[in-house]
Amino acid sequence: MTPATIFELRDFAIRFGDFQAVTALDLHVDRGETVAVVGESGSGKSVSVLGALNLLPPGSEISGVRRFAQRDLGALPRGEWNALRGGRIGFVFQEPMTSLNPLHTVGKQLKETLRLHQGLRGGEATRRSRELLERVRLPRVDDMLTARPHQLSGGQRQRVMIAMAIANAPELLIADEPTTALDVTVQREILTLLDELRREQGMGVILISHDLNLVQCHADRVVVMKSGAVVETAATATLFASPQRAYSRELIAAVPEGHPPAIAGDAPVLLETQALSVNFARAKPLLGRRPPPFVALEPLSFSLRQGETLGVVGESGSGKSTLAFALLRLLTANGRITFDGERLDTLQGRALRQRRHQFQIVFQDPYGSLSPRMPVADIVSEGLRFHQPDLTPERIEAQVSEVLAEVGLPANCGDRYPHEFSGGQRQRIAIARALILRPRMLVLDEPTSALDRTVQKQLIQLLRDLQTRHGISYLFISHDLAVVRAMSHRVMVLKNGKLVECGDIEAVFQAPQSSHTRELIQAAYV
Amino acid sequence: MRLSSLFPATRGRRGLSPITRRRLNVFRHNRRALASLWIFGMLFILSLAAELISNDKPLVMQYQGDWYVPVVVDYPETTFGGFLPTTTDYHDPFVRSQIEAHGWAIWPPVPFDYQTLDRDVGGPVPSPPGPRHWLGTDDQGRDVFARVIYGFRLSVAFALALTAGSLVIGVSIGALQGYYGGKIDLIGQRLIEIWSGLPVLFLLIILASLVEPNIWWLLGIMLLFTWLGLVDIVRAEFLRARNLEYVRAARAMGLPSRLIMWRHVLPNAMVATLTFIPFLFTGAITTLTALDFLGFGLPPGSPSLGELVAQGKNNLQAPWLGITAFVTLSVMLSLLVFIGEGLRDAFDPRIRMPTSMPQPTTRSPERSP
Repeated sequence: MTPATIFELRDFAIRFGDFQAVTALDLHVDRGETVAVVGESGSGKSVSVLGALNLLPPGSEISGVRRFAQRDLGALPRGEWNALRGGRIGFVFQEPMTSLNPLHTVGKQLKETLRLHQGLRGGEATRRSRELLERVRLPRVDDMLTARPHQLSGGQRQRVMIAMAIANAPELLIADEPTTALDVTVQREILTLLDELRREQGMGVILISHDLNLVQCHADRVVVMKSGAVVETAATATLFASPQRAYSRELIAAVPEGHPPAIAGDAPVLLETQALSVNFARAKPLLGRRPPPFVALEPLSFSLRQGETLGVVGESGSGKSTLAFALLRLLTANGRITFDGERLDTLQGRALRQRRHQFQIVFQDPYGSLSPRMPVADIVSEGLRFHQPDLTPERIEAQVSEVLAEVGLPANCGDRYPHEFSGGQRQRIAIARALILRPRMLVLDEPTSALDRTVQKQLIQLLRDLQTRHGISYLFISHDLAVVRAMSHRVMVLKNGKLVECGDIEAVFQAPQSSHTRELIQAAYV
Repeated sequence: MRLSSLFPATRGRRGLSPITRRRLNVFRHNRRALASLWIFGMLFILSLAAELISNDKPLVMQYQGDWYVPVVVDYPETTFGGFLPTTTDYHDPFVRSQIEAHGWAIWPPVPFDYQTLDRDVGGPVPSPPGPRHWLGTDDQGRDVFARVIYGFRLSVAFALALTAGSLVIGVSIGALQGYYGGKIDLIGQRLIEIWSGLPVLFLLIILASLVEPNIWWLLGIMLLFTWLGLVDIVRAEFLRARNLEYVRAARAMGLPSRLIMWRHVLPNAMVATLTFIPFLFTGAITTLTALDFLGFGLPPGSPSLGELVAQGKNNLQAPWLGITAFVTLSVMLSLLVFIGEGLRDAFDPRIRMPTSMPQPTTRSPERSP
């Protein structure tokens, strides 16, 4: 171990009971260096770092050598851990909302760290807190100090987390998926900030991530993990130029690519909206007038042809999902929706329900969108049983098997429950549930965002195949521009409920007209 | 119809959903709750057969070569050589001697009903426990053991009916409020707040002075109020669940609201509700006992644990009355609370059942942080 090395793991292993979570992990971080640990979910990347710092729940067995600044962590007495963690080692976690205490102001939480590790109090602590918040470039520092976490945006919260992590000038910063929950533009800003801080303070950084694009731009070395073991360790440039192992190649190649199937030239218009808008009423104060309603979606007119995919892109809060729910009449909206030559917005009750099988939706979260209490066959066939009550059980069973095969699931999985499936498989079940009703339009609300890159790629291929086969129209909502590009014929860019840009996908990507679109494309590293 | 029937070959092997299996497993590993459930179940089954355990009529008898089943059929006294065509009093010395002379009778283990006045106690009442009366008699010469058995049965049956009724009303109203939300919820909540402001006990006491209270009156009046506690839980669960993505997916699929509520939302709400049931149950028993104790409950002569408590209070020189009432009530309520605790833990998703640990306590360290 050279003096430049700040953190080292050798032959490190973790097991939970019978389950070997991490095996034979070798890792070292030098001062002023960013080492990225990448891998798909369940590859043991977070667990290994948390385990090395004794942050796992009791019941896990840890073995191997772990050193921090020439000290053996395995033999560290209990009392010294607290000085180490949060003092010489800083943390930034993925979910900034749950990592901050919602009941305390930002200033109070910052000062607590300063008091515990540096003994700063009163005016001195306030001065230092202000300095830190300025350092992470938060605006209106004085307001920030008295703000509570829920008053900040996701990006601002993550900046506060970083300020807390660097408060005690740590020698090692552990960033566990620090930007996964954030919009692409914010993501870029945060990582640039981390880079700057690392250079200034000469800290070592461990960047845990599943996003290879991001790693390519911000890490010096990359450790690729799979099922708890290291697949490959290499300098970033080397790894991306010539990956040595098949798995690394697969990961790097797992970038969504290709194009959607061409649309027939005379394809009729399936869906058309005119001035579709959504307003949410705001609460009326006890005295005084009701404030003007919140406009979630400003009047929007567009059309979707048979077999066409319209991508909808925007940051969180831009009204993408609102648009989806308004189209499906799951939300009260103004304006005219015409579906297959029929006014959809005026339909009510039973008449509307009977037409619902023509337009279906697939949600983002593959864990929340399937009822955990129903076996897969019940989930998939539920809509069919309602819409075609005269089908015999045998016919239903045949259709279920057929649609499960179509989305690439084993036909005999009908009696299993959703929790027995992986995220990608669950998303296939959700697609099967929509597909069995033979919809003409499918709204895909971030269907690939919660999935690993390799699974994402397979799912995109599946969706494109289904489109070719059945001529379904897609409304594809995503914040991931690479996926949208691989899926869509045309794209709409939304910002704060307003349409910023709309046009053919390649035209928009190659020559974006608005500055917001340009920013998005740049930040996405496409 | 569930599609489960379509996969018969595999269905038999799996049967229960994995969640249910995990819950059963957790419950089974909680020995105290399991034992409580067994004991309570046995006691209730035994008390259902109270007429065979404790009765003032023989179970079976033979008189002059003919078979009689007095426990089921009422025979006039003339059958056994008496003079009056009234129902036979088998404790009557004349009837007894007739039966002994012309046949035989098998008596239940305790030859007294809950309202039999034993005139041959041979001493002042309340008489202490002895071979004739296992737990002694109360101040009217009635067998305490018989009254405890019948009283237990009545309390549990009352609590069962009350819980079932509250469940139906509370879940329906909570479901409607939570699922539709908005104005329905707002108005419903305000009405419930007003309604829950009414003092139940006073209402029952006032009622007792207007009508002759019987068990149906009590049940009806209490049913008007006990469902209130469930509404909040069910409503909150429905409010939460109606925004779950699989509920949205069901709406997008075109399922009508009643089907969505029944199939997708209710199972969620039932978890919280089920854990509440044992406490509803104990509440019902306690209220009934309290009313009887105050004398505003069941009509005089009914076997009631509350009345036994009152007798214990009035006859401090006869401690067996108070002690019996205390032990019966505390055992019954403790068993129910233990069962409730086990149920609550079984439905707690944070409690995991490690295969290596044979018997975790209710505060198992396996709760993830």
